[in-house]
Amino acid sequence: MQKLEEKVAKKAKRNFSMTPKKAATMISAYSIGLFFIYPYINMILTSLKPHGELYSTPTKRLPVDWQFNNYLDVWSKAPIADFLKASIVVSIFATLLVLLVSVPAAYYIARNRFKGRAAFLLLVLATQMFSPTALIIGIFREVKFFGLLDTWLALIIVNAGFNLAFAVWLLSGFFASVPVEIEEAAMVDGCTKFSALRRIVLPVTLPGLVTAVIFTFVATWNEFTVALTIMSSPQRQPISTGITTFVGQYDVAWEYLFTTTAIAIVPVVILFISIEKYLVGGLTAGSVK
Amino acid sequence: MTALDVGAKGAKVAGVAKKRRPKNSILNALPWIGPALALIIAVVVWPAIELIKISLTKITSAGALEGFNGLENYRMLFENPDLGAIVMRTLVWVGSVVSITVILSMPLAQLINQNFPGRKFVRWAMIVPWAASVVMTSIVWKWMLELTSGEFNLTLRQLGLQDQPVDWLRDPRYSFFVLIWVAVFVSIPFTTFVLLAGLQSIPNDIIEAAQVDGATSWQIYRGIKFPLLRNALLIATIINLINVFNSFPIIWALTRGGPGYNTDTTITFAYKMAFVEYNMGPSTALGVINFAFIMLIVLIYLRVTKATRGQL
Repeated sequence: MQKLEEKVAKKAKRNFSMTPKKAATMISAYSIGLFFIYPYINMILTSLKPHGELYSTPTKRLPVDWQFNNYLDVWSKAPIADFLKASIVVSIFATLLVLLVSVPAAYYIARNRFKGRAAFLLLVLATQMFSPTALIIGIFREVKFFGLLDTWLALIIVNAGFNLAFAVWLLSGFFASVPVEIEEAAMVDGCTKFSALRRIVLPVTLPGLVTAVIFTFVATWNEFTVALTIMSSPQRQPISTGITTFVGQYDVAWEYLFTTTAIAIVPVVILFISIEKYLVGGLTAGSVK
Repeated sequence: MTALDVGAKGAKVAGVAKKRRPKNSILNALPWIGPALALIIAVVVWPAIELIKISLTKITSAGALEGFNGLENYRMLFENPDLGAIVMRTLVWVGSVVSITVILSMPLAQLINQNFPGRKFVRWAMIVPWAASVVMTSIVWKWMLELTSGEFNLTLRQLGLQDQPVDWLRDPRYSFFVLIWVAVFVSIPFTTFVLLAGLQSIPNDIIEAAQVDGATSWQIYRGIKFPLLRNALLIATIINLINVFNSFPIIWALTRGGPGYNTDTTITFAYKMAFVEYNMGPSTALGVINFAFIMLIVLIYLRVTKATRGQL
């Protein structure tokens, strides 16, 4: 049924005929697409200019002398390798921590009704709505209390805490979509509950897991306020706060600043686009569809 | 029906007999949901309680606590002559960014829901500001709004709309509007995709039936799509309210709330007091007020989603 619809849609595409209305749709859609990526195009073009061209008059949009070398030189201009390492480590471990706590929780709430279930779900939903920003003084003092200021561990825990809600909501939807009967059959065949989860349920819910992983990774990668507040030593900063070291300087090295942001933005954009289909469902907790 | 009632009875029985826990006892759930619960308590509940506690405590600029202080921190906050303007600006900030975002996102969602060649790429382009770090996007805008070589002034100059370049971020006449512009730019993608999901959930046959009956596309939008979009619209609006209120990186990266307190919202002002001016007491009081405001919107959100989801 689905397939047939797709075929019809494809055929319609092939027999595409241009009407004025279609043309207007296309032109406005392309312009809007361009509008939303233009700042990033501008960023990449600026990252390819030599420093002398930044303020040249008359202003040119394209570099005259394309400096692809900026992408090699930037590594020695600022400790970007350190920034990236911090971001990668923190994002990976925050993601693992989110999986570790959200998979069992999501599975259990999808499969069982228990006293306190509704309260737990409300708490998770409320967590999703909070960003660390409003609580930052409390977070700062707690991190200080545990002696974790300026550590990756603190960043990992805080980021995991604020992102687990997305994973719990999304995954419980996926788990609920696996018929209990299949799972029970596996258990009859001698699987334990955990191995039934691992062998039967996890493969089916793989898209949900991938989405949760990418979403948490990207959200942690982009997190700014907490990192700004609790990280102080330059060599331990993640990339989101590390780049501000360029901005503070008197003569901002925009070309190197933008090579760095390009390096930081492009991979996560690609990851994010790959999970487009599932993003909205996880963020709005199933209330839209 | 009473999974809950049975649970309550079961718990009582368990309390008396203690031999076998009923299946739906929360104790059975704890090994599964416990770690998530612990993480939420550590990262959200603890800081919230800490914040409220400190707001009622005398605290030195170095962060040392010197005993219960009643509402002294709140009194100091409300005596701050800048507070009134900052609260007003926060309301304008949230109100304008959210309403402009939602109003612009509706036709955009409708547009990228149409069938046209290259639709996939347009959607991908629209995801970029959502995926990219907000602070990095803000820094890119800072460059585009730059006085002499920025794209903004360059384009206006080339279109013949500008004689003198404008210093968008430092000129107090413009800086706040520029922040609103950037905030709308980063909020539209998420909002549009939520509305797109809403549009996609409308069954095709309803629309086809209307077409057969000779409805124009505007009539279909007004009469069928718009009413069915109400939930998506509500959710998108509430999530945006919270995100925009919490929005710290845009303001911090572009103006730091300056010049002076000219572009501060209550969120950046609380941050500035705590971590720049080391004026901890009133900062925690404002933090609690910010927290209470978000809590209020969260409660509205919970009501709305509960209503739309039927039951949890």
